[in-house]
Amino acid sequence: MDITKLTALELGRQIRAGGVSVREAVEAHLAVIREKENDYHCYITVRKEEALSRADAVQEGILSGQYTSPLAGVPVAVKDNICTKAVRTTCASKILGDFVPPYDAAVVERLTAAGMVMLGKTNMDEFAMGSTTETSYFGVTKNPWDITRVPGGSSGGSAAAVAAGEAGIALGSDTGGSIRQPSAFCGVTGIKPTYGTVSRYGLIAYASSLDGIGPVGKDVADCAALLSLISGGDRRDSTSVPQDRFDYMGALKGDVRGMRIGIPKGYFQAGLDAQVADAVLAAAKVLKEKGALLSEFDLDAVDYAVPAYYVIASAEASSNLSRYDGVKYGFCAPDHKDLQEMYKRTRTEGFGDEVKRRMMIGAFVLSSGYYDAYYNKALKVRALIRQSFDRAFENCDLILGPTAPTTAMKLGESLSDPLKMYLGDIYTVAVNLAGLPAISLPCGCDDQGLPIGLQLIGKPFGERDILRAAYCYEQETGGAFCGRC
Amino acid sequence: MTITDETITYVAALTKLSLSAQEQEKAKEDLGRILGYIDTMNELVTDGVEPMSHVISLQNVFREDEVTNKEERENLLSNAPAKKDGAFLVPKTVE
Repeated sequence: MDITKLTALELGRQIRAGGVSVREAVEAHLAVIREKENDYHCYITVRKEEALSRADAVQEGILSGQYTSPLAGVPVAVKDNICTKAVRTTCASKILGDFVPPYDAAVVERLTAAGMVMLGKTNMDEFAMGSTTETSYFGVTKNPWDITRVPGGSSGGSAAAVAAGEAGIALGSDTGGSIRQPSAFCGVTGIKPTYGTVSRYGLIAYASSLDGIGPVGKDVADCAALLSLISGGDRRDSTSVPQDRFDYMGALKGDVRGMRIGIPKGYFQAGLDAQVADAVLAAAKVLKEKGALLSEFDLDAVDYAVPAYYVIASAEASSNLSRYDGVKYGFCAPDHKDLQEMYKRTRTEGFGDEVKRRMMIGAFVLSSGYYDAYYNKALKVRALIRQSFDRAFENCDLILGPTAPTTAMKLGESLSDPLKMYLGDIYTVAVNLAGLPAISLPCGCDDQGLPIGLQLIGKPFGERDILRAAYCYEQETGGAFCGRC
Repeated sequence: MTITDETITYVAALTKLSLSAQEQEKAKEDLGRILGYIDTMNELVTDGVEPMSHVISLQNVFREDEVTNKEERENLLSNAPAKKDGAFLVPKTVE
């Protein structure tokens, strides 16, 4: 038995049953890391010794009855923009290259309380700005299916780690598709929850009205289990929704009879790769055969989601990233003659090109004279996009489409043309603007052997709907399409 | 959209970044292209639409200002690039 090929829930079951020890589970994943990490570079930081000693403590806790979670003992990877107490958290940026948080993010507290074992911190685009994990200050992550290709981004390290067996399951964050698109490119499953479902306390901010934390796993049930663990209100995040914990496992029923699934016509026009379109429509057919009712509709304002997203996300980023001044934490440029020069040199030397580009776009769209034409206009477009979704959900329970217009690109193809990279986010950003939940799961493979992602979008707090349909589809098709990488 | 040198100098000042002559030219070109694309939003009529800054309605919540955390000065200063006497150290700003 290869422990690293088991789903997180199956591994958790075997650990609780005593068939596998927590140390064996951790050692098996560390062995894959040792073997593959030079090729893939999924992690910025691996915590080998700490994970092994934690494994022994968790083992005792399971035996004594302290840890009863289905994921107790499972090795987990955490994206490096999520604060971990006493473990360096860099956001893949030079400016936070030596930042060691004095506290845990709310989601990390939850993982710890459930007896999960953190293996390390995963690579990402710098400050989560990018769709390829190539903007990381610490070097690129490669796609385990084909190391000449990107893993997607910005949670590319988390998705690649799960695909490669370098982690049992992982946490990512999604501001405009950063969980779903890398999950699609790496042939794994990822969920962006409804805005407010998971506390953002301890998530280093990129665009606060769009950011969310979610699971990346080997299958739908793994993601549902981790989402159940991390969901729930938190008074330290004023935007988290004050509810008790959410249990999503009950949604995994294996049938979709009577579910109304809407397919936006506009999603299948120019720009979408033909093989991706075929695979996604074939998935819709599978759900139809299982009793779902399909209908096509127009999702009009969504055509303007990408420009609205880049205005709003950049504006919020320019504000959020003003805190990096070389005073309180992180990198500080040496040899400055006064405070102003210290700020300028610290930020100029500390941030990479894509982060600078978005901060400048953000400063521009917020500046007097342009505020109404850009920022305020984008907020109005955002309102129309949300209304467009609300209207669609009067007639359907969920929306089905592709996660990304293509499969994984070659390394180096995207960086030279930022606008082209932005356009790749066309199917994901509208979901963040409207605050909706969405899942990406594998639905096929192109002629290069690269995974294709199916996206299911739900109503606000409609996680159970998308999980139910995703699980049914996965059960019906077996889940894996291209063979294991 | 054409971005002028003055505009780039202005946004660089707002974001506290220094750009070399070459970076300035690149930024002009990139921002011009990106904002040109963003301008396609203008095709959508938004008259009378209320701007939406947040998907969930947020309002100010008032509470008593009670201290709930313990003394953590050393912990919070642990990441400071420069510190002195239990405070962040910055270059002198007042003569």
